[in-house]
Amino acid sequence: MRWRPGPIFIILALATCIPLLDQILPVELQLSEAVRGVFLYAILALGLNVVTGYAGLLNLGIAAFMAIGAYTFGILTCEIYPFQLGFWSALGLTIPIGALAGFILGAPTLGLRGDYLAIVTLGFGEIVQDVLKNLDVVTKGTQGINPLPAPTFGGHEWTADDEYKWYYLLLALLVVTVIAIRNLERSRLGRAWFSIREDEIASRSMGIRVERIKMIAFATAAAIAAMAGGLSASILSSTGEPSNYDFQISILALCIVIVGGIGSIAGVLVGALVMVGLNSIVLVKATAWMAAHGIGSQGNVLLSPNNWKFLIFGLALVLAVRLKPSGLVPPRIERAPQ
Amino acid sequence: MLDLDVFLQQLITGLSNGMIIALIAIGYTMVYGIIELINFAHGDVFMLGAFLALTLVGALGIEAWGPSGQVAGVAVLLVGSALFCGSLNWSLDRCAYRSLRKSSKLSLLVSAIGCSFICMNLGLFWGGVPMEVFAGGNAAAAPKDFPALIPQVNLLGDGFLRITPADLLVWAVTIPLMIGLTIMVKRTRLGRAMRAVAQDPVAASLMGIPVDRVIGATFFIGGALGGFASVVYSLYNNTIGFQMGTRAGMDAFTAAVLGGIGSLPGAVLGGLTIGCVRAMSDQYLELRWTNTIVFCILVLILIFRPNGLLGATRREKV
Repeated sequence: MRWRPGPIFIILALATCIPLLDQILPVELQLSEAVRGVFLYAILALGLNVVTGYAGLLNLGIAAFMAIGAYTFGILTCEIYPFQLGFWSALGLTIPIGALAGFILGAPTLGLRGDYLAIVTLGFGEIVQDVLKNLDVVTKGTQGINPLPAPTFGGHEWTADDEYKWYYLLLALLVVTVIAIRNLERSRLGRAWFSIREDEIASRSMGIRVERIKMIAFATAAAIAAMAGGLSASILSSTGEPSNYDFQISILALCIVIVGGIGSIAGVLVGALVMVGLNSIVLVKATAWMAAHGIGSQGNVLLSPNNWKFLIFGLALVLAVRLKPSGLVPPRIERAPQ
Repeated sequence: MLDLDVFLQQLITGLSNGMIIALIAIGYTMVYGIIELINFAHGDVFMLGAFLALTLVGALGIEAWGPSGQVAGVAVLLVGSALFCGSLNWSLDRCAYRSLRKSSKLSLLVSAIGCSFICMNLGLFWGGVPMEVFAGGNAAAAPKDFPALIPQVNLLGDGFLRITPADLLVWAVTIPLMIGLTIMVKRTRLGRAMRAVAQDPVAASLMGIPVDRVIGATFFIGGALGGFASVVYSLYNNTIGFQMGTRAGMDAFTAAVLGGIGSLPGAVLGGLTIGCVRAMSDQYLELRWTNTIVFCILVLILIFRPNGLLGATRREKV
């Protein structure tokens, strides 16, 4: 069979060129720092896509797992705690700990019907945030845990200035995530996820253990989100305050999945580009441009691009569901012959 | 040690706030009962109602109407916000939900989340309106003071308990509304149509019930109750903000689930319970844990008794 590059391959190949492009572009137009954010949220949304896209379970608390990952990373690495692990071992540990958190939330709740499950995950997201904020003895409350180490590679420590190293590290981790999920998607497990999404009762009668399969989807999503959280904490060198992982982040991830194409990896990548692009490239650049041209936001709420964020997220969700329910890049569905 | 007067005082506050929560919860429970949608935007419709009320206070100059005029002013606010929130909720159904009746429940829910964000953003913009009541619109995102049109004086004189006219207003508005609503659902033609659609929309439409119009009416009534609640809330708590819809919405949704979603008396019982739990937690635990406690109640109820306290046991249809 002749190998043809799929859309995912093309997107990721194009992504490698952006730092090179930045070399010739003027400073205001440079993109690689913002595109890092696209990669980070693409990883988070790929996690959400496993539980919401493949298994069909709406999770409104994915940011909570990101927070758990970030704080795990923080507690394992920061010098004020006894562990003081390095970047790689701590990042590696966020994955099983995230999965464990997913398991703890999933075990009692996966029997619930779809909309109730969505509310429970939303509630979980709020509880995690409140607990992180209020248990300030451990989590330093709103100060966040810092400073946190950057990755080391062959004895070299990466600082925040090494922008391109960060860029390629995130890209590499995104590629690893994509490959892992792509393999999962085509495995027995992936087919079981699709099957319970389409018809739970039929799957059960075909011998699929629905609860267990749902649980694995939940834990996988949580593990990936936790890894994204650990990465984000390391980039910022701080966990930030707990409200950095609020409902807005969960909704951003949901927007990415819904707008891009629910259940489609290429869709999630495109969705991340569109939504994060809007959120942290267009809005940020527009703010900078307006400040440079003396259009102050002073006194007028409409003139600050950041104030349009909720409206953009909301419209994205409403319009995507209404006009393009399968997203910008719909998944290729293999249907059984009729 | 438990001081009896502190406890009773918190109970009064809890019950008054609980009645407001109950009024919002009815909006959730009615919509859920009829199309099984958690109308995420309901809390934000409530928030916009409060913003309209504050705008009316500023535009009509109600503060200067004198003591008896202010009572008339409150009536104007109640009617205005109720009509506004009812129409807004109806429009959401018309624009964002109606075309999705045949798609999956989850896309409907996602659409509702989107509407909630849109409404919240409109609230943020509204806060920037250059009016005196919005502090000139300079700090759009900041909470706004709502003038105390109903005085917060103690009616019991120097007694050890404190009951204010604002408490009485809460009860005087919410109780008749709840009674009226119950009668409407039980006795009128529209109420019967609503119950029929809730039970089986296809059969109802075969019997000649205009299903979409009945659903629209349900959204309008639910929204209008949210509008009444928004005015009462503003007069009782005297501060409003564009993010208050999320908090109020979660409390009310928890109340609806606690009482058994789809059940009107359940929503009232749930609202009173949540109001009291909040008040007691503020007093006897720490303020900062109150939200966590409400969420824990929600999660535990959903896990262990998803049909709520008064909800009928019903299996999900295949």
